[in-house]
Amino acid sequence: MKYALFLGCTIPVRGQNYEMSARAVAKVLGIEFIDLDDFSCCGYPVKSTNHHDTVVMAARNLAIASEKGLEIATLCNACTGVLTETQKELEENEELRNKVNVELKKIGREYKTGVKIRHFSRILYEDIGVEKIKEKVTRDLSELQFSVHYGCHYLRPAEIYEGFDDPENPETLDKLIEATGAKSVDYKDKLECCGGAILGADEDIALAMANNKLGHLTFNPIDALITVCPFCTIMYEDNQKKIETKFECEYNLPTLYYPQLLGLAFGLGKKELGFRLNKVKANDLLAKIGVE
Amino acid sequence: MIESKKLDPNFKFEVAKEMGNVNITRCFACGTCTAGCPVREIDSKYNPRKIIRMVLLGMREEVLSSDFIWLCSTCYTCYDRCPQDVMLTTLMTTLRNIAVKEGHVHPSFKEQARLVGSFGRLYEVEDFDNKKREKMGLPPVKKIHDEVVKLLEKEAEK
Repeated sequence: MKYALFLGCTIPVRGQNYEMSARAVAKVLGIEFIDLDDFSCCGYPVKSTNHHDTVVMAARNLAIASEKGLEIATLCNACTGVLTETQKELEENEELRNKVNVELKKIGREYKTGVKIRHFSRILYEDIGVEKIKEKVTRDLSELQFSVHYGCHYLRPAEIYEGFDDPENPETLDKLIEATGAKSVDYKDKLECCGGAILGADEDIALAMANNKLGHLTFNPIDALITVCPFCTIMYEDNQKKIETKFECEYNLPTLYYPQLLGLAFGLGKKELGFRLNKVKANDLLAKIGVE
Repeated sequence: MIESKKLDPNFKFEVAKEMGNVNITRCFACGTCTAGCPVREIDSKYNPRKIIRMVLLGMREEVLSSDFIWLCSTCYTCYDRCPQDVMLTTLMTTLRNIAVKEGHVHPSFKEQARLVGSFGRLYEVEDFDNKKREKMGLPPVKKIHDEVVKLLEKEAEK
């Protein structure tokens, strides 16, 4: 199984623990990631100012994958959304496709139809499967409890995701967590947005959104929050101290990327899973399962 | 108070045309969007149903120069739930794009566009970052994507 690994902007400089753990678990599962260093930003950050720029940037990234005949595996929910949405627009709208290709021709590229994009978690769920993951588990995590934040663009808009999960009542990530032997705990307002996309536009609102969620999450005695998107992690982990000060509360909630949890289940060490980079230290949960 | 003289009855058609056929005129004001909006839950200055109403009434200047059009978190909850398929998230993007053309742009989005236009990525990557990556056993990332810079430059010239 080969995929072109699409890192986006945030992961390679602010979420290397996500990248390290994703690469490590892929290796265990026999997934080969191909690095294409021409992949740029997906295009999401310019959508508000110029939607057409987003389409052109996404189309260029899709063209790079199609030149190599590879399916794209993404790690960030926003990249997944923009690339999938653009692919759909270009497949359905010939006029737009021709217009975009005129622009891409200037840099010697061409968008060809049929490129596939899936989030790495979706690939784990669909191509590897819960049963196969269970077979690879070597470390007992049955004492641990987690809650998952899906992140909006992992599920929505539903029309671009071929019904792989139910956006109103999703289960793929819960099942992936339970495949490790740990428990996935439900909580209030599980689908609420992290607020990451408006952190720059209105920090007060964005932090209040993340604060509400952290409150609901910590209502239950969980060991950590699990995410699959660097933006959501920035809201819940990087900004956790700031939120605690602003709203005069204390959460101390470790936030792991799903592949970090999966790597622990596969018996990998905390160094290769990048735990050093987790800002809210996960030492208590690591001690529970005897990882030093 | 709304002054009818200042309304632009064509605004809704301008918006609909700008980005594919945004189905804004189908809105029957049920409020499903506002009820499920995570931003509205925190701050009532962002209210999707009200924004649609303002667009339909033709309050062009008020909408385009407002702060609230920059507050959609693009979660797509309203987009998926709207019984009339108004495609609200797309609508909000459209309003922002038109606002930018009229010279109203939120500074944080302007800065994002500048970074992406200069480097092809949202964060400037330094040699230090690639050295750090090397220590972690990760491959280097390209600092500047000239192709993207070229593509977006061309766009700006038009």
